[in-house]
Parts: sequence; C-alpha cells; structure tokens
Amino acid sequence: MSVETYTPQRFHEQAHDALGNAQIRDNFRSAMDGLMAKRQESFAQWDLPRLRELGASIRQRALASLPDLLEQLETRCEANGIHVHWAEDSEQACRLIRELCQSRNAQSVIKGKSMVSEEMHLNEHLEEAGISSLESDLGEYLLQLNEQTPSHIIMPAIHLNADQIADILHDKTGIERTEDVDLMTGAARQQLRERFMQADVGISGVNFAVAETGTLCLVENEGNGRMTTGVPPVHIAVTGIEKVVEQLRDVPPLYALLTRSATGQQATTYLNMISGPRGDAEHDGPSEVHLVLVDNGRSTIYQDDQLVDTLRCIRCGACMNHCPVYTRVGGHSYGTTYPGPIGSILMPHLQGLEATRELPSASSLCGACGEVCPVKIPIPDLLVRLRQEAVGEGRGNVAGAGVKRRRSEVAAWKGWQWLATHPAAWRGATALAGPLRGLTPSRLGPWTEHRSAPKPAPRTLHAMLKRRHRGGTSS
Amino acid sequence: MSARDRILARLRQRTDGQLVPPPSDFSVMTGRAWTPSERLARFEQLMTTAHARVVHTSMDAWTSALREVLHETGVKRLALGRDHEVARQAREALSGSDIALVDADRAVESWQAELFHRVDAGLTSCRGAIAETGSLWLWPTPDEPRLLSLVPPLHLAILDAATLEDTFFEVVERHGWTERMPGNALLISGPSKTADIAQVLAYGVHGPRDLVVLVRH
Repeated sequence: MSVETYTPQRFHEQAHDALGNAQIRDNFRSAMDGLMAKRQESFAQWDLPRLRELGASIRQRALASLPDLLEQLETRCEANGIHVHWAEDSEQACRLIRELCQSRNAQSVIKGKSMVSEEMHLNEHLEEAGISSLESDLGEYLLQLNEQTPSHIIMPAIHLNADQIADILHDKTGIERTEDVDLMTGAARQQLRERFMQADVGISGVNFAVAETGTLCLVENEGNGRMTTGVPPVHIAVTGIEKVVEQLRDVPPLYALLTRSATGQQATTYLNMISGPRGDAEHDGPSEVHLVLVDNGRSTIYQDDQLVDTLRCIRCGACMNHCPVYTRVGGHSYGTTYPGPIGSILMPHLQGLEATRELPSASSLCGACGEVCPVKIPIPDLLVRLRQEAVGEGRGNVAGAGVKRRRSEVAAWKGWQWLATHPAAWRGATALAGPLRGLTPSRLGPWTEHRSAPKPAPRTLHAMLKRRHRGGTSS
Repeated sequence: MSARDRILARLRQRTDGQLVPPPSDFSVMTGRAWTPSERLARFEQLMTTAHARVVHTSMDAWTSALREVLHETGVKRLALGRDHEVARQAREALSGSDIALVDADRAVESWQAELFHRVDAGLTSCRGAIAETGSLWLWPTPDEPRLLSLVPPLHLAILDAATLEDTFFEVVERHGWTERMPGNALLISGPSKTADIAQVLAYGVHGPRDLVVLVRH
C-alpha cells in the first residue's frame, strides 16, 4: 500500500472517494451505530443534563483562570519532581522533545496515544533526527506500519477491516497471515513488549493535568499507556495548555463523561494518575518525568469569548460518532489531525481558514454534535461563526478570515438588500420574474447535478391573492 | 522573554477580558445509597462484564482460594511483595508448594527480563474498590511496584469487601487523595483490552490477559 496523504484543501475530492468506497462506508456506519447505542446505554442511570452541566462548568472554570492554573501546575509538578517545559508551537515542542532525547543519548522512543503529538508530527521529526519512534497503541501501531494517519481520535484504525489488518501484519512484520483477532493482537503484544523493554524514552499524552496536585491523568484500555509511562527510564508527557483542571475532585466527573461519551464504558480498564518519577524507595517507574505544555494556537483561540468554548474539549470523539457527515465520509476525508465536528472548529485555528475553508461547511448543522458534547461545546454555533469568518471582512483573530469572500456574492446580497427595502422596485422586479422565467439558467453548478433547476412561478403569490380578493377564481 | 512568559502573557492580556467561572454543582456525583449487597453485586457484575473473574472468599480461608485459583490457572511462578499482610500470608501459605515465589520488591532493572518473560502472575493488594464503575483502587508501593499489576499475564488482586465504596468521587474525597497523592495512583477495571482491530474485543493486548479478584469477606 502506498503512503496516503490527505489534505483539508481536497476535502470534496476525498469525501467523494470515500462515499464511493463501500467498505469505508460500512466500517464507519457500523462502528458509529454501535458507539451511539453504547453511549446512550451507559448514561441510562445518570442525570445526564446535570452531569454535562457539571462537566461544562469544570472546563469553563479551568479556562477562566487558565494562566494561574498553568503556573500552579508548573509549581506543583516541579515540587513533585516533574520537569515542566513550554512550547509556543509544534516546531518548538518537537525540538524540545528531540533535545531531551538527544541529551540522554536516546536511540528509541516508545509512544502512547497522543493526539497533540499527531498534531505536531512528532514521529517524523524524531525519525529525521535518527531517533526511532514507535506507536504502541494497537491501532496507531498498525497505522504506523501501514504509513497512514488516524481516521478517528479514539479508534484510529476504524477504517481498516480485519482482512486488511491481517495483510499489514503479515507484510510488515513477517508473521504468518491470520485474520484471527486474538492471534493478531497476541503477535502485536509480543512485538511491542520487546520494544517497551528496549526503549530509552516513553512519550505519552495527557487527558487531564491537575493543577492542585501536579498530577497527570491518562485514560486508556490497552495498558500501553502504563507501559510507556512505567517501563522506560524517561517519561515525557506532552499536552495542549488547555488540558489543565483546577482540582483533583474535578477528575471523577470528567472521567465519567469521557469514558461513556467515547466508548460507552462505565470506566476504561486503566485510569493512570502520575504525580512524580520513581521515588527514592521505589523499585520501578521512570527516574525522570517531563511535562511539555504546548500552545500551538490555543492562546489565540483563548482571546475570543465565543471561540474559547472550543478549548473545553476533552477529546472523547462523541461529536464525530454522532455526525451524519463524518459517518458517511470517514475521518480521512477531512485531511486533518482532528476530523469531524471538533476538527472543523479546531483545525481552522491551527492551520488557518485558507487551508481549512471547506471544513466549517462540512456539516448539515443538524445539531447532534452539540447535543452529545459532554462539556456542552456549542459546536453548531461555532461552525456558523467560522463560516461567517470565512466570508466576512477578514477582521478578528481567526487566521485566514475572509478567504471565501467573493465580490460577486457581496454585490448580489447588497443588490437584494436594496431591492427588498425599496417596495416599488421590488414590485417591478417580481412582476418581471414571471414573464421572464424562461431566461433563468437550467444548470446551477452542483445543485443541478442531481436536481432540476428552480424556476420562478408564472405569477407571484401576491398577484394570485390579489386576483382572488378581487373576486376572480384561483387558477 | 521565554516561551513560557509569552504564552502566559497572551493568556493574561485576553482581548475579550477576564472570563467569569460558573459554579460547579457536584451533587450528581454522590448519593447512590447502595446497600453493601447492592454495592457488591454491582461491582461483581461490572467486573464480570469487563472479562474479569470475581471469587468470594473469607478473611480466614482466602489463601486456600488463592491456591485453587493458582492451580486452575496453571501458575508456576508468582511475583509478589513481602511486607504487606496479603503478601506475607500468601508467602506463608505457598511455601513448600510447587509454585515459585518471585520477589517483586527489588529494582526492576535487576529482573526486567524475568518479569516480562518468566512470571505467570502478579499478586497485589487493593486499597479499595468502586462499585459504580467496577474498579479496583491501587496505589503502588515499593513492596508492590507499579509494574506488578501490569506486566505478568495474570493479575491476582486481593480485595476486602469492606473497602468497597460507591463512587470514585467519594473515594477521592473521603480518603483525602489531594493531600496524599502518591507517585502513581491507579484505577483498574478489568484485564487489558483493545477493540482496535475491526471493533472486536481482544484481551491482553499489552497488560494482563486475565484479572482475578479475590474478595475477602
């Protein structure tokens, strides 16, 4: 299989291809149906509106004092023996991590799942510096073998079926070909265990960083996160600056929302809370723990009272699981690290609207994403806001704002506005619309690919009512 | 100015002004009011659903239950601590048996290959458990290190029925976690698992394939 490169600029093309691929559509449809049902079931015994309200308030509270909490997190972590580093963008973060590895003569890195490291393209950066960087989450491992990117933030390899994965494992790792999921999983376990033991550095993400105690929380099922943060002598955790929460008591509600929203689980297999490196009396765990706080556009999103809600996200994936567009076009169509509704409101800030102009429109605004969001991010409102930014005058904080603004469209709306506020002209124009209806075009771009073109009626409703009022018969 | 100072300055000089934090009402996290038997039933049901096995035993007879489980699962080499009462009693009960006892309370560097390749099971105590989510609460110690509940293919957890509580939130609050957070705190809710291959559940992808919880009444 060849290296696949997806870009947000080619959204329409990629979506078109995905829509024509029956296997992709089946995989996503069945997976998303299952996830929606499991989520609903897992919240059955909960007062969900109140729990979501609590989740939203915790995230809003954290964002309200974000700079103070980041400083507190730094102080607490340092006191616990965790070294804290700051990076303004992906490049700085990659360099920082590479230098940490190089100063410890690290040859090999093992990675737990981390979306921010995907956002930074950390693997490529490390490989260029001659440091091997291996993903250990099973889905991410398979994708790395197959030189692909994740198509879902929770289930990265959801677009592949067992048959394809059997080929990947056989072709890339030389094991005997099998479609038995237990055997394939067992083979990956063997391969990765050796790599855990040999790795010089483990790199993980963070689900919640607790300012009050200097604790890094990792939520996972596989145990690769615990391996990554427990076996190699150095652990580097990398996270966006928005992942901080104020108190330890904020973690149980967010954990309850995260696991149920993501996969419909009452709890994941592991909640791994790290508050320090190996202690003096301890016999295992890394002797060094580092935390890299990455901004990468987040402090810009933070400036705006509406856009700041984007930063509440706890990366559960429920918005994509419930999105009718995502379910049909799959994750790769978006061509971005974060696909689906959350990606469509986040990526424009990370890559600019120029590159991502199609994404805010890749939604029917049905509202499902906003309804299921565990922290009540008003995703549809934010999609509309970004659409407005794309066609607006280009002021404000969103990079590339105004990129979809067309003079002809602006002029058309201005003309309509003038017509609608001048009654005589309006009456004249509408009276002409009927008789001249034969002149309207029959081809209107994509609209008429599958539909007939709209034509004005011979007579306007006003004209018909007037006639009826005068005692004439309606025709 | 450092990256740190620039990031913090941008956050402090916010264009739209200071954000106002809303209040948080945590009452939805409490008030389950389960009886001890409801609590236990829920814990067992969730653990079983997650593919773990729950074995009920008594404070006095638990080591015989342990012997039985070890026999059934074919464990030949068991890693365990030394100081904890669970480890002490287990060592006493198993001395002279054909099960080799592997000391877990030593620097992992000195026995990493053995831990990864030649240990059949790890035995740990639990600080408590949570009924709502079917989770064990473990705080690894020098006696029962972090990897003991993770690396061997079988994790045997000894849980006292009396330490089972309703919710994670209550455990954090009642036991003063904020003041006492250890280097590593864990909730464990089953054996290691994945659904990354075609959404089919598979166990033991990285951690234990099996989890057996011995509940001591």
